[in-house]
Amino acid sequence: MGLLSKKDSKLILDPLADNNPITIQVLGICSALAITAELEASIVMSISVLFVMGVGNVVISLMRNVIPSKIRIIAQLIVVATLVIIVDLVLKAFAYELSKTLSVFVGLIITNCIIMGRFEAFALANGTWRSFLDGVGNALGYAVILIIVGFFRELLGSGTLLGIPVLGDPIEKTGLYAIGYENNGFMLLSPMALIVVGIIIWVQRTRNKALVEDN
Amino acid sequence: MENRTDKNSYTIVFAIIMVIVVGALLAFLASSLKPRIAENERLEKQQNILYAMGVNDNDETSANFVSTKEAPKLFEKYIKKQLVIQDGEVTENDEAYLIDVKKEQANAKAGIPRRLPLFIGEKDGKTYYIAPIRGKGLWDAIWAYIAMDKNMVVKGAFFDHAAETPGLGANIKQRYFMDDFIGEHLMSNGTFKGIDVAKGNADPRNEDKTDHAVDAIAGATITGDGVSAMIRNDLKLYVPYFENLKQ
Repeated sequence: MGLLSKKDSKLILDPLADNNPITIQVLGICSALAITAELEASIVMSISVLFVMGVGNVVISLMRNVIPSKIRIIAQLIVVATLVIIVDLVLKAFAYELSKTLSVFVGLIITNCIIMGRFEAFALANGTWRSFLDGVGNALGYAVILIIVGFFRELLGSGTLLGIPVLGDPIEKTGLYAIGYENNGFMLLSPMALIVVGIIIWVQRTRNKALVEDN
Repeated sequence: MENRTDKNSYTIVFAIIMVIVVGALLAFLASSLKPRIAENERLEKQQNILYAMGVNDNDETSANFVSTKEAPKLFEKYIKKQLVIQDGEVTENDEAYLIDVKKEQANAKAGIPRRLPLFIGEKDGKTYYIAPIRGKGLWDAIWAYIAMDKNMVVKGAFFDHAAETPGLGANIKQRYFMDDFIGEHLMSNGTFKGIDVAKGNADPRNEDKTDHAVDAIAGATITGDGVSAMIRNDLKLYVPYFENLKQ
């Protein structure tokens, strides 16, 4: 990362693994469970969150010296909500098709705890550039987990990836289905998303013992 | 020492300014984008109606509309008549496709006779009667355009939703689900029966088209029930028109 100093690149790289917002900070779980039944939805949600978090962190960072501490949470909420409404309106006017695919997710972004978490923990205390990097880094960390969960849920639940059948045809019994494989419908329900996230947490902590908290 | 930003007066002034700025920004954006959004919605309705009667850009698996550029031209070419049925009276109205079904349903509840739009399309010598319907899914509204022949046999369907769960209820707008409705009978021995979205239909290839049932999507029971209810409640209202047609 020649462009960024060591400290700055840490802001992007840390949330990808060792300080991942979902698996380590345990934030943003709700949306990770709700929309990961399809890989495409996971990707679309990741991009939307990337935008809102990147811009939101910059806005909060710019306003950090004027926001009264008593109502800072409300001010943060207003910033997220405004950004989300702007994204929604602009998409509806200029990319109508995309806005329809996004409709469910756009609303869900407001409920994403990672965004408020980063505003509160980082943007309120840091400069614009570093806040931007922190927002992008955390959004990417969120995206990694969302995409992994979406990949397994769609593959095992529907036998497709991005809507394309990859394991054969379940009705005509071709491919894997010919030897008795069945789609696991349970993968499409939210509880399995939690279990997949749990497995990722387990794998991550087994590989890196430093992440395991002492009791 | 107390910070400048900790004062009550500062907090109140800040809150007021923020609300005004954000409100003005959003109001300006919403009103300046409104015409574009309305135009997009108008074109989408045309695309939906055309999709239901088989004028679309589908390949083997996808569900694609005709492009927005071509939609108005094709709409004029294929849709021969637009009717509004109100209290049994049928009138022609060239902008019937703009009728808001949601508003009409609310009117019906308030006792005002509901206006039912119906579009008559012709393609390859066949006549399609296309009706818009609307109902409730699990989270929010669902709606559809159903193309029928004069015996109320479904010839095409397009489903859409506002906020059903991706991967589950949202799949009502997937081709495999919409295509199952083609050929299904809405009438049974002269009475309206509708089409059930049924679990355990034991007809995964949907070969039995007179059983008034299509296979449900796993994990989307409430959305499926919403689809059945919407077909039953809204399409039923068109039965008198089709009965008149036969005479």
